[in-house]
Amino acid sequence: MYTHNATAAVTTILALTAFVPSMAQETPGLGRSATAAEIAPWDISIPPDGAGLPPGSGTPEQGAIVYAQKCQSCHGEKGAGKPNDQLVGGQGTLTSKSPVRTVGSYWPYATTVFDYVRRAMPYTESKSLTNEEVYAVTAYLLHLNGIIGGQDAMNAESLPQVEMPNRDNFIVIYRTKPK
Amino acid sequence: MSRRSTASEGQSPLVEAVAGNGLLDRRFFIKQSVALFGVGGLGAVARSARAADPTQLPPWMQFPGAGMSSYGSPAKYESKVVRALIQSKPGTTGSGASRTPIESLDGMITPNGLHFERHHSGVPDIDPDSHRLLIHGLVKRPLIFTVDTLLRYPLVSRIHFLECSGNSLSMFGATPPALTCGQVHGLLSCSEWTGVPLRLLLEEAGADLTVPWMLAEGADAAGMSRSVPMAKALDDAMLALYQNGERLRPENGYPVRLFLPGYEGNMNVKWLRRLKVIATPIMTKDETSRYTDLQADGKSLMFTFPMDVKSVITRPSPGVALRAPGLYEVSGIAWSGHGAIKQVDVSADGGLTWAPAALSDPVLPRALTRFRIAWKWNGAPAILNSRATDETGAVQPTRDALITAHGTNAIFHYNAIQAWQVETSGEVKNVYA
Repeated sequence: MYTHNATAAVTTILALTAFVPSMAQETPGLGRSATAAEIAPWDISIPPDGAGLPPGSGTPEQGAIVYAQKCQSCHGEKGAGKPNDQLVGGQGTLTSKSPVRTVGSYWPYATTVFDYVRRAMPYTESKSLTNEEVYAVTAYLLHLNGIIGGQDAMNAESLPQVEMPNRDNFIVIYRTKPK
Repeated sequence: MSRRSTASEGQSPLVEAVAGNGLLDRRFFIKQSVALFGVGGLGAVARSARAADPTQLPPWMQFPGAGMSSYGSPAKYESKVVRALIQSKPGTTGSGASRTPIESLDGMITPNGLHFERHHSGVPDIDPDSHRLLIHGLVKRPLIFTVDTLLRYPLVSRIHFLECSGNSLSMFGATPPALTCGQVHGLLSCSEWTGVPLRLLLEEAGADLTVPWMLAEGADAAGMSRSVPMAKALDDAMLALYQNGERLRPENGYPVRLFLPGYEGNMNVKWLRRLKVIATPIMTKDETSRYTDLQADGKSLMFTFPMDVKSVITRPSPGVALRAPGLYEVSGIAWSGHGAIKQVDVSADGGLTWAPAALSDPVLPRALTRFRIAWKWNGAPAILNSRATDETGAVQPTRDALITAHGTNAIFHYNAIQAWQVETSGEVKNVYA
């Protein structure tokens, strides 16, 4: 007990009693308010409509330089794979006995490439690329897969408009709206 | 449940076979004196062969044993019971998986040190005092929680399995993998999880509960992220803080992970740092290019969240051999992401005839359920199968049916009936049958 005299104890009991009716609805409420400035650097997810894409831009040519320095040792020359995932090619293999799932053959949204490269790559030093570098590498991979032209810059406006070849081959089996 | 034989004169009715090739009534071990028959020993190591003369006092009865320890370990004689088939791609130590040795365990709970692992960028070393959880997006009050504040919330405890959607994927291959049960099916574990009901925190943040999705993101180097249905978040999702009574292990998401009972493992985002209430899915890498199920026609199934009904016999199984003809308990585990297990049938003749196994209490929704049945092995080759049915009436498919429906490229959500061939030597092989 933190109370050292009878008056204080009675006051405490009365206060608790007064609280009882509302206690049933009450939850601990221990979170503190987050400010917009605090949320911004955390909020790095990019949906297919591109909401939240940062300023900046990058071309396939610029991306080739970044790729050679930061990506090629794991993903091979021009995204050919080995020792890790192949990123380019594989179109036409998805119904074969050895399907090759790459950015070009499989990924349904170009925004996902930006989101994933920015948050998770390079593997040994994730989140180290600038937004310009991420746009550029994304552009390079899309170009290697024959999806955009060699001069096409990727940025907040152009990236969500890229049509991925395998986009219509996904069947959503979970209802996206409640019954 | 066909081909019931007639009990021969002088035998208890329970000794009668309930299905072909020696399967006995599931209540056999409960009702009969096992000593009358002698239960055959399982396992390759015959400890009795090297036991000392039982009339001599063993040293452990003559001298005091070891002292107490601050954190206990398994007996040194069990040192081979470890996580299996630990694999990473070159240069990505920590990414990949390790599997629970389910053939060496019994009951329904997985010890924390043997819970399977699947990491996308290794196991982060997170100081809980520095960790924060942000809830934002379509909420009235974006909130930040420390781990200490989460620990002050009213907690709930639930026993649930967790299964990687890529569990058993080697069974899609053209030939049956020559691996142990755990190496094939051990991306599967079951724990008591204790945590804060997610609904409570969403309500505190004033989340729009009619919005259909939220994004969950981890604090690992990959920032592993998945879009999660709000309906699940409001139903039985929790922010887990404890696993089997102790704080989460680092490899299972310390200090806090999302837990979505019955949903594929990767959605139960570990090292949870952010929940964003959103109107449409983000379409992250792991919900588009990774954990989607490629069908034979080239289409892919997306958002295949619950793990379907499944079972496997863990004893006997490859590496857990029979030693001699005789009476055995066939034992295994069954589970379903859709609810409780209702029934497990076992066959000892490759699926010609089936008998219901006994289910060990407790039988809980979305938890591993232990099943057991007595089997008198006559020493001839035999094929053992188990087939689970859950409370929704869903029945585990045959491998042929699964592949006819989904092809061999799906990688994820393999849940077909497993066949183990017992050979005359007592060794057990993985077969497609």
